[in-house]
Amino acid sequence: MPAETTPQRSELLLPRYRRDDASHPALNTPEYRSSALRYPKQPLQLLPQYLTEVTGPLLGHDRVAETDHDLTTGHEGEPLGERIIVSGRVLDSDGKPVPHTLIELWQANSAGRYRHAGDRHPAPLDPNFTGVGRAMSDEQGEYRFVTIKPGAYPWRNHDNAWRPAHLHFSLFGQAFTQRLITQMYFPGDPLFHQDPIFNSVRDPRARERMISRFDLDGTVPEWALSYKFDIVLRGSAATPFEDDEEDDD
Amino acid sequence: MADSAEVTTPSQTVGPFYALPDGLLWPDGPEVVPAGAPGAVVVRGTVLDGNGDPVPDAVIEIWHADERGRFSHPADPRGEPASFQGFGRCGTDPEGGFWFRTVKPGPLPTPDGRTEAPHLNVTVLARGMLNRLITRAYFPDEAAANEADPVLSEVSPQRRGTLVAVAEPDGVRFDIRLQGDAETVFFEL
Repeated sequence: MPAETTPQRSELLLPRYRRDDASHPALNTPEYRSSALRYPKQPLQLLPQYLTEVTGPLLGHDRVAETDHDLTTGHEGEPLGERIIVSGRVLDSDGKPVPHTLIELWQANSAGRYRHAGDRHPAPLDPNFTGVGRAMSDEQGEYRFVTIKPGAYPWRNHDNAWRPAHLHFSLFGQAFTQRLITQMYFPGDPLFHQDPIFNSVRDPRARERMISRFDLDGTVPEWALSYKFDIVLRGSAATPFEDDEEDDD
Repeated sequence: MADSAEVTTPSQTVGPFYALPDGLLWPDGPEVVPAGAPGAVVVRGTVLDGNGDPVPDAVIEIWHADERGRFSHPADPRGEPASFQGFGRCGTDPEGGFWFRTVKPGPLPTPDGRTEAPHLNVTVLARGMLNRLITRAYFPDEAAANEADPVLSEVSPQRRGTLVAVAEPDGVRFDIRLQGDAETVFFEL
């Protein structure tokens, strides 16, 4: 072992990300049938937040082209559907903006169909819509997409099951620990009550975090409606001494 | 104040339809280093469900230090940049297979003065998983370092093997069993 890999403690002060287990769904959620064979039955082992956990890929503008935030461009014509602006801030749970971070988005078209070989829903594909977008948050953590409102679609989880309209979001934050895949929903959707994926989040305040807000101020007259969606990632305490997890093994 | 923290946004499943053209799965996703890079190793594996069936719709991501144990990241106080961005992403094929080309990372110091053995942090995303799973892949030719690793040594001896990749001619194999016999050890973070 080379000596230089064993520095003094004081040289290696790492951030410490807060636990946020209360926000997240249980991996074993029987109402979501696909989870049955895909959740670990053994208890999870505690991973300390060492160097690999507090760092992460800082994927930048080289991954994002000028018009990637606009899912309505790049084809012969305009996609069908309700044009919407989806914008907001990426923050951490301490209220600090998460700047210059990659946000990936994917979604169904306005008829509820994905441009994906595995999607058998007999709704039309839209030749002018792929359903993929990327954006970077700015210095203040602000991001913005232009897209169309996706349709609800049926699936076979239970009798007459329908997914509420949603956008898939993927975020890297600034550390492996902050990585998040989530879904954004629309306010007042009548399909929430029967959706096991939405309802897998048990804390009502956390469920609320997944629902965007209609945003009259952000609308563009005669062009687009607007929804606000702030995304909150785990915050980091400045010093590594708080929130001792109990580790009972 | 720990209790004034805002509620975070919940995780939801990646679902079955992430593989859209030019979407999550970048063409160069599995290639952390280019072909022919010095010291390149191929990491291969298969993702299996609780029936032992392949999972053909998972996304595997890896994140790790470079060959000298460096990260290009402001949270790494050692301040020496890495030789590459140690991130890879690969969707599984119909047989549940995934692969990466990378180099074995160097060992890492911990804040309490110990040394972590070379490892890849691994994220598993899939339909049917409402939150990501996190695991680690260690290297089979690092027996002494693995023995002293502060994370691996906390895992019960009979399950430790699920975190150590198996040697192959051009690299290593790291299979991921989501559930059941020889279930991979997964971590909370």
